[in-house]
Amino acid sequence: MTFWNDPINLISEWLRGIFMGWGMAANLAMVITNIIGIFVIILFAMAIAIFLVWVERKVVARFQDRLGPNRIGPFGLFQPFADIVKLIIKEDITPEGADKLIFNMAPVISLASVILIWAVVPLASQIYGVDINVAVLYLVAAGAFGTLSVIMAGWSSNNKYALIGAFRMVATMISYEIPMVVALLIPTIIAGTMSLKEISNAQNGIWFAFLSPLGLLLFVISAIAELGRSPFDLNEAESEIVAGFHIEYTGMKFGLFYAGELLHAFTFGGFMAVFFFGGYGGFFGLEKLAAFSWLSNPFIQMVVFLIKALIGYWVIMWIKYSMPRIRIDHMLAFNWKFLTPLAFVLLMMTALLDKLLAPTNFYVSGMFISNLLFAWIVIEILRSRSKQERAHDIEHAEPVELAAHH
Amino acid sequence: MTPDQVIFILCAAVIVVTAIMVVTSPNLIHAALWLIATLFGVAILYALLQAGFLALVQVVIYIGAIAILFIFAVMLTRREMRDKGPQLNKNWALAAILAVLTFGGLFYILSGWSGFSGKAAEIPAGMDTLRNLGFALVSPDAYLLPFEVASILLLAALIGAIYIASASKK
Amino acid sequence: MSIPLSWYLILSAALFSIGLFGVLARKNAVAILLGIELMLNAVNINLVSFWRYGNIASISGQVFAIIVFAVAAAEVAVGLALIISVYRRRTTVIANDLDLLKW
Repeated sequence: MTFWNDPINLISEWLRGIFMGWGMAANLAMVITNIIGIFVIILFAMAIAIFLVWVERKVVARFQDRLGPNRIGPFGLFQPFADIVKLIIKEDITPEGADKLIFNMAPVISLASVILIWAVVPLASQIYGVDINVAVLYLVAAGAFGTLSVIMAGWSSNNKYALIGAFRMVATMISYEIPMVVALLIPTIIAGTMSLKEISNAQNGIWFAFLSPLGLLLFVISAIAELGRSPFDLNEAESEIVAGFHIEYTGMKFGLFYAGELLHAFTFGGFMAVFFFGGYGGFFGLEKLAAFSWLSNPFIQMVVFLIKALIGYWVIMWIKYSMPRIRIDHMLAFNWKFLTPLAFVLLMMTALLDKLLAPTNFYVSGMFISNLLFAWIVIEILRSRSKQERAHDIEHAEPVELAAHH
Repeated sequence: MTPDQVIFILCAAVIVVTAIMVVTSPNLIHAALWLIATLFGVAILYALLQAGFLALVQVVIYIGAIAILFIFAVMLTRREMRDKGPQLNKNWALAAILAVLTFGGLFYILSGWSGFSGKAAEIPAGMDTLRNLGFALVSPDAYLLPFEVASILLLAALIGAIYIASASKK
Repeated sequence: MSIPLSWYLILSAALFSIGLFGVLARKNAVAILLGIELMLNAVNINLVSFWRYGNIASISGQVFAIIVFAVAAAEVAVGLALIISVYRRRTTVIANDLDLLKW
């Protein structure tokens, strides 16, 4: 168990040895070592959040054909620290009539619900917080906490706009939880387990993105809606509702909401990597060759995972900065009338084909082609419906008087 | 004092204190938020009992859906933004006596039972309770029928709630 | 496992009694439903602890608890829909004021 191959276990054994050498009972040493491990995970998540502030601003700048921050540090790398200092020295205003305890707890719960998720994300085969066998359900539960923080923020601000923004945001978030859970069930069925480490290991042969591309698409769409980012960001867009549920938050409390949102988006990029792109592994069996055995090293796996998560995050940002906003009633209609039935039919089809094709040789091609066939059928149905609607509109159109015609 | 006992005592204290706050808080939104704390405490208790699946289902369903439903219902049924007057009705003393009697009665009956101070058996290694639960819910000679009936119950509740709460058509 | 079964049973009895007090002593109909939720949670704690301290191989305790989850969710949904509908007509949710059927 050298450091190179198994870092976390080695460090925790060493720490426990030190504590017991000081005369503590074995139980207490274990508890204190676990608490130190929790702090390390939180620090890691927050360090990534700081880095993401820089990534976000540079990438949006390049999408908009400009340079982005480049004055503070080389390539503007120390920009997040300037942002943090600015947020800390701003005045901390609590509106009159606001419910003080709930007002102060809401940003904390919002950030906590994101950091909680990092306890189960496997960064490498030997580097993870904990490997529970119901990790997929744990992810959904942590998302439920985020919903709670939105409504606490909107209600306690004592502000009409905050309340309306919070209602819309909560309606969007709980509506899009259903297609997201079903999209997460698809890799669970194919891998046969809910544990994230086992799902990553099950993709050693082939990535699940090839087995279920429609599942990947469904997950990306519902994840972006869950996050509340463009094109689903009617609830906090400046031209619509002036920042929505976090209107009344200033200074570092707003910083907590902002950092939580960026970290949440990166975490969903990480999920795309774990559930559909092989997680920390997925080298198509390459690591079994002697020349490539270094690919099984935990540190290399961690780097691979972070690169895949960053690519997923970049896709989410790409969609955010290229698409126009969707109206709230269109958002909800899209979810309940299109995504949810699609998700359920896709789940049933995947479960059926997974059992039928498993013993045959046609597993990969069968699943892939069935997905393409299903997508084609759905597009045909949509096309015929839109033709009907357009014909209906053309029939029933009436000429309208121009305003300046008098 | 093993770590398990410490966690249990902390958890039980949180559950009882927040439950008392739920039933005595004059502001209903605060009562709903205290309920969320109680439900979270109960979820930790399920994790202590090594029913991890139930703990997460408790968080997702109770905190993620039912508690939010309560908060929305409270917001939609208030005449003004303040709660006025005491929130306990005129029989509250009798209700308190009845609650204490119920607790005493349950305690008395249970303490006369021989298995009251039983210790837990170790879960045999290799038994996957999650797998057993999954099989039990979908095997025809286990609990498939109650499972399907529960889903029909939820469908009926869904349709009923939407119909009752939708705006009346003039 | 060093926690005796009695601790769990006493806790669930206490939670049940507190919920009972909430149902009997509150004016607002939504607050009465909050008390009912506490009682359902107490019952669930009992079910799961009896599963754990009894026959672990037979999973009936957990299945029962899951069915109770489903029933609680259904009851809360319909109950709150009824309360909202009543509020639309009478603009009050105080349980004592809903007395149209009394003679």
